[in-house]
Amino acid sequence: MADLSTDFVGIKSPNPFWLASAPPTDKEYNVRRAFEAGWGGVVWKTLGEDGPPVVNVNGPRYGAVYGADRRLLGLNNIELITDRPLEVNLREITTVKRDYPDRAMIVSLMVPCEEEAWKRILPRVEQTGADGIELNFGCPHGMAERGMGSAVGQVPEYIEMVTRWCKQTTRMPVIVKLTPNITDIRHPAEAALRGGADAVSLINTINSITSVDLDAMSPEPMIDGKGTHGGYCGPAVKPIALNMVAEIARNATTAKLPISAIGGVTTWRDAAEFMALGAGSVQVCTAVMTYGFRIVEEMISGLSDWMDDKGYAGVDQIIGRAVPNVTDWQFLNLNYITKAEIDQEACIKCGRCYAACEDTSHQAIAMSADRVFSVKDEECVACNLCVDVCPIEGCISMRELQPGEVDPRTGKTVEKDYANWTTHPNNPGNTCAAE
Amino acid sequence: MPNSPMTPGIVPERLPEQAVTDNFSDLHAPFDRHEAAVAADRCYFCHDAPCQTACPTDIDIPMFIREIQTGAVEAAARTILGQNILGGMCARVCPTETLCEEVCVREAAEGAPVEIGRLQRFATDHLMDSNAHPFARAQSTGKRIAVVGAGPAGLSCAHRLALKGHEVTIFDNRSKPGGLNEFGIAAYKTTNDFAAREVAWLLQIGGITVENGKSIGDGLSLAALQNDFDAVFLGVGLAGVNALGLAGEDMEGVQNAVDFIADLRQAPDLRKLAIGRDVVVIGGGMTAIDAAVQARLLGALNVSLVYRRGRDRMAASPYEQDLAASKGVHIVTNARPARIIGEAGRLVAVEFEYTTEVDGRLAGTGEFFRLKADQLFKAIGQKLADTPDGPVIADGKIRVSGAGRTSVSGVWAGGDCASGGDDLTVTAVAEGRDAAEDIHATLMA
Repeated sequence: MADLSTDFVGIKSPNPFWLASAPPTDKEYNVRRAFEAGWGGVVWKTLGEDGPPVVNVNGPRYGAVYGADRRLLGLNNIELITDRPLEVNLREITTVKRDYPDRAMIVSLMVPCEEEAWKRILPRVEQTGADGIELNFGCPHGMAERGMGSAVGQVPEYIEMVTRWCKQTTRMPVIVKLTPNITDIRHPAEAALRGGADAVSLINTINSITSVDLDAMSPEPMIDGKGTHGGYCGPAVKPIALNMVAEIARNATTAKLPISAIGGVTTWRDAAEFMALGAGSVQVCTAVMTYGFRIVEEMISGLSDWMDDKGYAGVDQIIGRAVPNVTDWQFLNLNYITKAEIDQEACIKCGRCYAACEDTSHQAIAMSADRVFSVKDEECVACNLCVDVCPIEGCISMRELQPGEVDPRTGKTVEKDYANWTTHPNNPGNTCAAE
Repeated sequence: MPNSPMTPGIVPERLPEQAVTDNFSDLHAPFDRHEAAVAADRCYFCHDAPCQTACPTDIDIPMFIREIQTGAVEAAARTILGQNILGGMCARVCPTETLCEEVCVREAAEGAPVEIGRLQRFATDHLMDSNAHPFARAQSTGKRIAVVGAGPAGLSCAHRLALKGHEVTIFDNRSKPGGLNEFGIAAYKTTNDFAAREVAWLLQIGGITVENGKSIGDGLSLAALQNDFDAVFLGVGLAGVNALGLAGEDMEGVQNAVDFIADLRQAPDLRKLAIGRDVVVIGGGMTAIDAAVQARLLGALNVSLVYRRGRDRMAASPYEQDLAASKGVHIVTNARPARIIGEAGRLVAVEFEYTTEVDGRLAGTGEFFRLKADQLFKAIGQKLADTPDGPVIADGKIRVSGAGRTSVSGVWAGGDCASGGDDLTVTAVAEGRDAAEDIHATLMA
């Protein structure tokens, strides 16, 4: 059985599955049960300054986006940081860490952008025995209006400054949690690195309005007839998070910066994908808020079995393994030519491939009177839309044309050598073609 | 001592009141909103969908299911009713297992189709519960059309004609409109007086007058109708019943299944309806199944359904056969009636001969057996009764071409009485509708 134990910037956990800073990690009761269920670590829900705690709204704080069968695909929230006294949280963190010494205990923090504020709270967190801290520069709602959360994360100079204050004050590893509500994730990541961050974690939630109540004419979640933007998360944001993780992992400056990945991780497969793109640990929230803590069993068994199948002994062997294959469009091989192929045995004749291709793509699927669907190779550009809309997994696949074969669409023989846009004759910036 | 299933003879009150109520409640309970949402989510919105092709009324099924999915349930009902004004009844009685649901791609994929019939009922019930009529008549054309027969074909035809602005008079020889929907369908498929409510809802379109107790040959003649109206549509159904051709068919205890079913549908209190202890039904179609199942539901102890050929040749679908079996009906195949046996003028048994098929032809094997019977229901098919003079009759039906045109100019026909198509409610609705369109096009040309 594969070894799932994880050492992330010196923080050890029996597996790479952590609970993200969020409602599931707001108190001792939940965190104890999460550890009993098998979670490798938690990032305790964000603590604020000592003094009167923040208050939350007293109406709905979540909004949802559904797929078929009311499957939760996206969740948005307007909840703030912990609304329990700092003292209570610190006391609970201390006892839980004492009772679960083998689990990762990271404490999320958000205090005003003043050096003194950070210097006041850090020693108190250190006293709990926590393994590390995560700086919440990500939450896009509520706290951002008060100059914290994403208001800091959107200004690289602030990220660097606060990170440096923390590194100067504490011996604990510092993880900087990034907001995706920016144009280029590499800039805040580089700023964190300059400030001395041990790692970054991403993504925090995405600014969003999930829906509009068409009777009340108000965004949802609706509070007394009004709504505000909230932070979006869940399976729907996974592709955005994967890309941002990969951007940091393949950026020369930040390539060695450890990443704890967050964003729609729901299954072991999602976790493996993030790890392949460079994540040393993954953080989960929406999936447990949908299904409860028990899903970690599937994540452990699934990841472990897959690693065994592939012959990976430990997580270090998968972390970053796909990063070299993330490239720019201009470097994709234009001599790689495929054609869609429909498995007639598997086909249930719904015709969705036909409708999609005929109405919106390249008119490359033929339909016979008795509902046999077949690909017209002379029209097929291999766009993959038919594969994506087919309800039967594996029914439509892409066959790679071999060198020497003729592509019936272009009439050209498939070349065996790699060639990309940079050398393509149609590229006005191409120097080789002119020579 | 009260009656029980064991009581000999044809007697009422074999079962307690609650048992009868339960037995005749909805065969398939209506979907609630959650069930409808789950069922609707399974639809793949197929291109040129096989379900729609299989529907005799060509309802855009993927579209109405999508409308249910998005919460536009009234729009879903309009999609259905625009093609099939009796979509509510068809949702209840269509043999969906041999029509839309049989060809559903999820039947191919998983052996479990999208439950189209129940979704259709969800949408149509939703709209009809509000008692709103979603269609408005066009400006009056001044044309008058006679529709003979207030069954599915006649009602469908009349509604479409009224929609186009014509004045319609429906003549029907029964005491109330509805035809087989009112008199001929198993009670557990159309509970709470649905057939009558549906007709009342349909007539809200306006421009339709119903005259009951009138039929051709009984106070009406086709010639007079042709004279008084701009066009005539015949939707008279098959009012005659085929006879077994055996001695003793008039014996006490021997009855047409269609009459039993009609009596049952009109009975104010089903418990008061008398039923035999040992009931035999002869036939292999839906009428035979409906009679046999309902006999059991009334409390008959033994119900045998005897069909002369093999199960695969029965007109009733495998689904209906299984339903009958699940209700305790004993299905006997490859046996034909040979003799009706009575004592003192009362039925006591039916004798059958086993059959075999030789080159597709039925032959007796010479082996005989008897089934004890105090009640016998004949269900071996219906036929045209009182055929009106004029239109050419072929193979026992009014011959039609195109959209229900008979051999007589100005006279259209549709439904079970007309040639072509299966004898199904949904087919009758389609034929009535299409004839109406043709009548409209002809009169307005």
